[in-house]
Amino acid sequence: MSARRRRSEAKGDGSGNVAVLRLYVAGDAPNSTQAIVNLEAICREHLTDAYDLEIIDVLEHPQRAMAAGIVVTPTLTKAYPLPTAQIVGNLSDKRRVLLAIGARSQEP
Amino acid sequence: MLFQFRLEGSAEIAKSGMTRSVQPLAKLITGIEGFDQLSHGGLPRNRTTLLFGGPGAGKTVFAMNCLVNAVRVHRAPGIFVAFEETPSQIIANSAGFDWRLESISDKQIYYLDARLSREVVKAGDFDLAGMLAMLAAKQAEIGAQWIVFDGIDVLLTQLRNPAAEVDEIYRIRDWLDDSGLTAIVTAKSEDRPHEPVQYGFMQFMADCVVQLGRRQENRVASQFLQMMKYRGSGFSAAEFPVTFGPSGIEVIVVDSTAASDRAPTQRISLGFEGLDALLGGGVYCGSSTLISGLPGTAKTTLAGKFVDTACARGERALYVSYDEGVAQIVRNLGSVGIALKKHVASGLLQMFSARTETTSPEELFSKLKSLIGEHRPSCVVIDPLSAIARSGSSFSARSVASRFVHMVKDSGISLLVTALSEADDPVAESTTLQISTIADTWIHLSYLVSSGERNRALTIVKSRGTAHSNQVRELILSKSGLSLADVYAAGGEVLMGTRRWEKEADAIDSRSRQLVESEAKRRELNHAMARTEAEIKVLQLDLERQRADLKVSSTEALSRDASSQSREAGLRTKRESPTGNSSRKPRSKRPR
Repeated sequence: MSARRRRSEAKGDGSGNVAVLRLYVAGDAPNSTQAIVNLEAICREHLTDAYDLEIIDVLEHPQRAMAAGIVVTPTLTKAYPLPTAQIVGNLSDKRRVLLAIGARSQEP
Repeated sequence: MLFQFRLEGSAEIAKSGMTRSVQPLAKLITGIEGFDQLSHGGLPRNRTTLLFGGPGAGKTVFAMNCLVNAVRVHRAPGIFVAFEETPSQIIANSAGFDWRLESISDKQIYYLDARLSREVVKAGDFDLAGMLAMLAAKQAEIGAQWIVFDGIDVLLTQLRNPAAEVDEIYRIRDWLDDSGLTAIVTAKSEDRPHEPVQYGFMQFMADCVVQLGRRQENRVASQFLQMMKYRGSGFSAAEFPVTFGPSGIEVIVVDSTAASDRAPTQRISLGFEGLDALLGGGVYCGSSTLISGLPGTAKTTLAGKFVDTACARGERALYVSYDEGVAQIVRNLGSVGIALKKHVASGLLQMFSARTETTSPEELFSKLKSLIGEHRPSCVVIDPLSAIARSGSSFSARSVASRFVHMVKDSGISLLVTALSEADDPVAESTTLQISTIADTWIHLSYLVSSGERNRALTIVKSRGTAHSNQVRELILSKSGLSLADVYAAGGEVLMGTRRWEKEADAIDSRSRQLVESEAKRRELNHAMARTEAEIKVLQLDLERQRADLKVSSTEALSRDASSQSREAGLRTKRESPTGNSSRKPRSKRPR
């Protein structure tokens, strides 16, 4: 399986206030596949501001994962804005993901 | 260059994968003392070993020790995956050992900090697939042959799902199988009756299972190691005491098969002639001597004399005391003429004293070992060895004691140990450490109380390969030193002290009396002889006089005879012729 690398640049206002998200997955392991699906849904539904998301396949780029201090997969990191956050798991717990990445929920 | 490494790494994996099917039970020497012995050659190569035990049982040290030895001895790189502590913590914790971890590059031992920090948000299930991929990359990069998963339970419990834990254990096992690495997985186990199911499962997946434990006995913690399982290999299943020495973890295994082949015939002196003579000229060089006895029976004095004599011969000696401080011993032995100070000053003698109450036997053992390693003595005294029994469990004390005796003997060192006995019977005592069975020579000191005195008695209970006296001797301590006195066995009783002195005095008395008597007799006989001789002289004189008398009387008889004849003849001539001149001669001879 080739490295998936997606860049979703939406509604950017050019101010540089862009959330930097990295999702580290392990090929098509069930938890990883699940995480991608969940994260895409979260971004679509809840992220109003601009964000920069990259999905890194650890099987393809183990060095990058090591450099980032990844232990388990899937792991979602938020490098910006501060504070940084690390979220592990298949991201099925949407509420915790949103809380961790500091995104406001669009739904009331 | 990096690329080259990868190729080599992957070639290695393929190769080891193939060897495994052909040669199912290759082993890797761990270099951990004792462990390679009890596991009959080390850990299974390219396979997984599970190391479990309570906190502080030495799991991490064991695993780290394997890695360090692999790097240092076999130049085999390894990976250390730390689930519990940070790599820098592990390096700091190992500072007590001579591993010099800081000098090992991350190409030799690579640390992966695999802790999930508490700040990490858990949002759903996760797995170790990514981590294993990273490890595979690292393995290829540095050509790792060993891998340690230290504290894997920490991560597994964060899965919060027993089924997921089992899945991940399977994942790790499959990965390890493919990787061809020799793996050590450590996991904590509490001494709970309900052990989590996954540990049983982990035991099943591992080819070799080792338990490390720690228990509290007599307020001293002691550690042990036990091999639970080893697929396709024999192993010693007993519980072995564990100690931590300068080079890491040590398993105290008394090797029954490796008894030393050497049997020197040279004898060395125990320090004073009387005792050497009893033993046929001293103890064998490199043998072990046990001196047992009640408190105050001069065990320390004998031990001190032993090292004193060794140093006087120019040999190096080590004196380890568990009772008294070094200064005290030097002073006390000085009072019986054993001067150790000069030997300490010359560097031949090293003295060391320690308390045993709060130290585990394993620690004592490892301290002794390092002392011997540093000083390289040819004679060693442990005074008293029985003090080891005071610390910790009797089980570990026993095995430490016998392990110690064997270790010393195997290195050709002459050992003298003392043991405090509780009872006066040499057979009933000394069983606490069962040292008497492995000692070559056993000297027992006791008191004999009689006539208001307490006298020291010395018996040789056994002495292997030596004809030795079966008699009890009296041991006399004086300012000038030690001496042994023959004792009197009178009327089935052994006489010592004053009674021996009395007996000796008696003997002297009677001897001198005998002397006087015989002198008198001699004189008397001389007199008698002189008298007899005088008598003989008198008699001889008598005899001579009598002889003379006899002569005289016979002459008279003759002359009388002659005169009567002449008279008769005269008369005859007178009668026949009145001239008769010829008859005058006899008449003139007439005496009357």
